[in-house]
Amino acid sequence: MASTSTTTVQAPGRSVWDGGVSPMGASYGKLMMWFFLLSDAFTFSALLITYGLIRSSHSAYEGAVEAFKFSDAYWPIPEKVFEAVPFIDVHAPLVFVGIMTFVLIMSSVTMVLAVEAGHRMDRPAVEKWMLWTILGGITFLSCQAWEWSHFIHGTHVGDAVAEGTKFFGANLAQNQYGPPDFAAFFFFITGFHGFHVFSGVCLNFLIYYNTVMGVYDRRGHYEMVEKVGLYWHFVDLVWVFVFTFFYLV
Amino acid sequence: MAHIEETAPRITVLPPNREKIKKLWTVAGILGIVTALEFAVAFGVPHEFKTLRVWIFIGMTIVKAGYIVGEFMHLRHEAKVLIWSILIPMVFVVWMLVAFVYEGMAIADIRKFF
Repeated sequence: MASTSTTTVQAPGRSVWDGGVSPMGASYGKLMMWFFLLSDAFTFSALLITYGLIRSSHSAYEGAVEAFKFSDAYWPIPEKVFEAVPFIDVHAPLVFVGIMTFVLIMSSVTMVLAVEAGHRMDRPAVEKWMLWTILGGITFLSCQAWEWSHFIHGTHVGDAVAEGTKFFGANLAQNQYGPPDFAAFFFFITGFHGFHVFSGVCLNFLIYYNTVMGVYDRRGHYEMVEKVGLYWHFVDLVWVFVFTFFYLV
Repeated sequence: MAHIEETAPRITVLPPNREKIKKLWTVAGILGIVTALEFAVAFGVPHEFKTLRVWIFIGMTIVKAGYIVGEFMHLRHEAKVLIWSILIPMVFVVWMLVAFVYEGMAIADIRKFF
């Protein structure tokens, strides 16, 4: 690893006992990114823990899956809620969210390839992989925009919420899918994650711009790509958990 | 334009590290396969086996998280003390998650009587 790393771990002209060696063998920026991500993980955990508490305190649907109907008496089965795909009128449970997961994992792969190219000081390769990563991020955000729009407007068949009333779609107060908390958690958890993806796309674009302008060539290393890469992988990591706990379980 | 050439940095571009790139694509392949398996379980294992489904999903999530954090975020190759300073706080978070889910199930039990 040491042969490809461009990180300066030993500060020049300073002794080991005078701050000459970075703690934990990582540069200041990378270390702080790690601890920022740890604190960010706490925030996401807070949302997911609250979700776990509220969901497990609601009764689960007991009957046959085929006979499932939306009701605010029990928590809905996720695959019965998320089964629409843009432009075609089919029941395809979880297919669209599967595509979104695939897009985000692929953009994580292109990010790590950009980091690898940065280690080699290969500017054209960094530019290429950063562009793919940004494209992946924008694709994911677009998919999420459609997902939200569909969730808010509802399906063409609304279900009875209370006796004698019908409600289509969802807002923070009520929804057609289940208890009000269900939609609230959907908005807060996927919204908070989506905002992270948006910030990540902005940061990725900044890195791409700096790369094109030759900032990192002049600096002599591409460590910034690595640091923003950590953030981008974290966003992917959070989605892995959201996917499991919100869509699959 | 002579002054620009003077300040232009001298860059040595190294050839692609094929071994490393191959390893990264292997990890990507594993992530893709695990996600495909999750779909197989979601539609292959009936909803009656709810506990089994949940534990399979959690196990697969941990596998995916391990590969993303270990290989993509490179944590597996960092100093031991850095690995532990990230993992130990998360242990408490996982404990909190388990505790609150059990708390929620207890609340659900109590609600059945009122």
